[in-house]
Amino acid sequence: MKTTVSPASPNPAAPGMEAPRKYKQIAGWIVLVAMIVACSIRTEATPYQLIVGLPQMGSLLQDMFPPDWSYLPTIWGPMMETLQIAILGTTLGALLAVPVALLCASNLGISRWVSLPTRMVLNLVRTIPDLLFAAIFVAVFGIGPFAGMLALVFFSFGIIAKLTFEAIEAIDPGPLEAMSAVGANRLQIIMYGVVPQALPYFMSYLLYTFEVNVRAAAVLGLVGAGGIGLLLDRSLGLFRYDRAAIIILLTLAIVLVIDYGSTMIRRKLL
Amino acid sequence: MKPNTKPAPGKTSGSAFRSRIRFALIALIVIVVYYWSIQGVRFEGIQGTAGTVSKSILQGFLHPDWSFVYIPEGEDLLRGLLDTLVISILGTVIAAVVCIPFAFCASTNMSRGLAVSGSGKILLSVIRVFPEIIVAILFIKAVGPGSFAGVLALGIHSVGMLGKLYSETIENIDRGPQEALIASGANRLQVLRYAVLPQVIPQFLSYSLYRFEINIRSATTLGLVGAGGIGTPLIFALQVRNWNRVGIILLGIIALVVVTDLVSGWIRKRIT
Repeated sequence: MKTTVSPASPNPAAPGMEAPRKYKQIAGWIVLVAMIVACSIRTEATPYQLIVGLPQMGSLLQDMFPPDWSYLPTIWGPMMETLQIAILGTTLGALLAVPVALLCASNLGISRWVSLPTRMVLNLVRTIPDLLFAAIFVAVFGIGPFAGMLALVFFSFGIIAKLTFEAIEAIDPGPLEAMSAVGANRLQIIMYGVVPQALPYFMSYLLYTFEVNVRAAAVLGLVGAGGIGLLLDRSLGLFRYDRAAIIILLTLAIVLVIDYGSTMIRRKLL
Repeated sequence: MKPNTKPAPGKTSGSAFRSRIRFALIALIVIVVYYWSIQGVRFEGIQGTAGTVSKSILQGFLHPDWSFVYIPEGEDLLRGLLDTLVISILGTVIAAVVCIPFAFCASTNMSRGLAVSGSGKILLSVIRVFPEIIVAILFIKAVGPGSFAGVLALGIHSVGMLGKLYSETIENIDRGPQEALIASGANRLQVLRYAVLPQVIPQFLSYSLYRFEINIRSATTLGLVGAGGIGTPLIFALQVRNWNRVGIILLGIIALVVVTDLVSGWIRKRIT
């Protein structure tokens, strides 16, 4: 999330600057509107369709209430499986990310011939969404939580490695220089110079990725990769919207609890 | 790691003991959690066919099905990617507009009272925790499968995050121009137009573009549940194990994501 909070660009003082700027703005808006119109023609997305669909949406919500509370014991097991997938996937991904993050960082004396290609691979891994990984691994390893876990391993590897190598590049170079001046080798520099500074950030990114992964694991079952998503898919297929509602509610509750806990720990870490 | 564990002079041994117990407790909890999760995700062993399957997957990725890129009469890669792009553009535009009133509601300096801004913030975070795939499934039931369901799903889901980012932007604006306008007798609408909007618009656009980058990635998966875009041919190709076609679709997705990231990053740099 790269955001540069800058004050609004001040209006140019010279009056002659005003006109071309304005034309540019108007041209920008025209392009935007034309793009939106073209897009809505392509997807046949019109307000009319939405109005026609709204009553159906309403009846769907009506079918969802009251939720089927008696279904709760059945979905508790798969919900816990979802958490287990998220925990293992995040941890293994983070472990894989450590050496790669060290290779990517430009301030540890690693040759550019190694770090740039590694970064390219990282960028490639991050372009593939978690559900796609899951769909592929289900095809290879069969339906079940193992495929889901592998999908999350790759997904979290991409995120954690990128965030961590950026954190490593931002650490204070003083200790590293002092250590190399007294003759420490590269492993010692990493152990005593880099790790103590980067560890809090790494843990914080790990927890953040865990939050993301819990949400992801909840829908992995839709493509057959274990967890609560499978039951959600089944209840929706059987038109048991009351059961779907209880699944969604439980997912929401678990996600909120985990987000809260993880935010508390992260605040303590940093 | 923990700055607050620095021992106070005089009771060094006691607090060292306590921090050691705390460390042991945390370690114990972590071990229990991992033991429990490994119990859940058992490795069922590699299936006998895994070797040949992996080989054919690798073959497929090395020899992508180039003929799928353009088929004159319908469902091909380019049209799938175009649909994905269009879905994420429309979804982002809808969210960027819809979330503005929510954002003003949720920001503490623009809404009337803490009760309004608090409930606005809660509403936004509730919207945020719904995964977009679940929203997509609900909309498919309402408006039928297709791109439109995907647009609505992305639009609704993005409101949660964009609303939060927008409201933080509004809370961080410089109060000077606003107070000056009020002092010179401007009404609320004029204050909004000449003091607030000029400060927040560049940041709004930048966040919307950032969200657009995320939405492109989500839009590629929406098709897996039937909400249009490139995901639909992908799931068909996966089901019939047509790995050459999976390969070309993945290449297409990677190309689309990389190109949109570059374009959107370039525009964002120029705006802010």
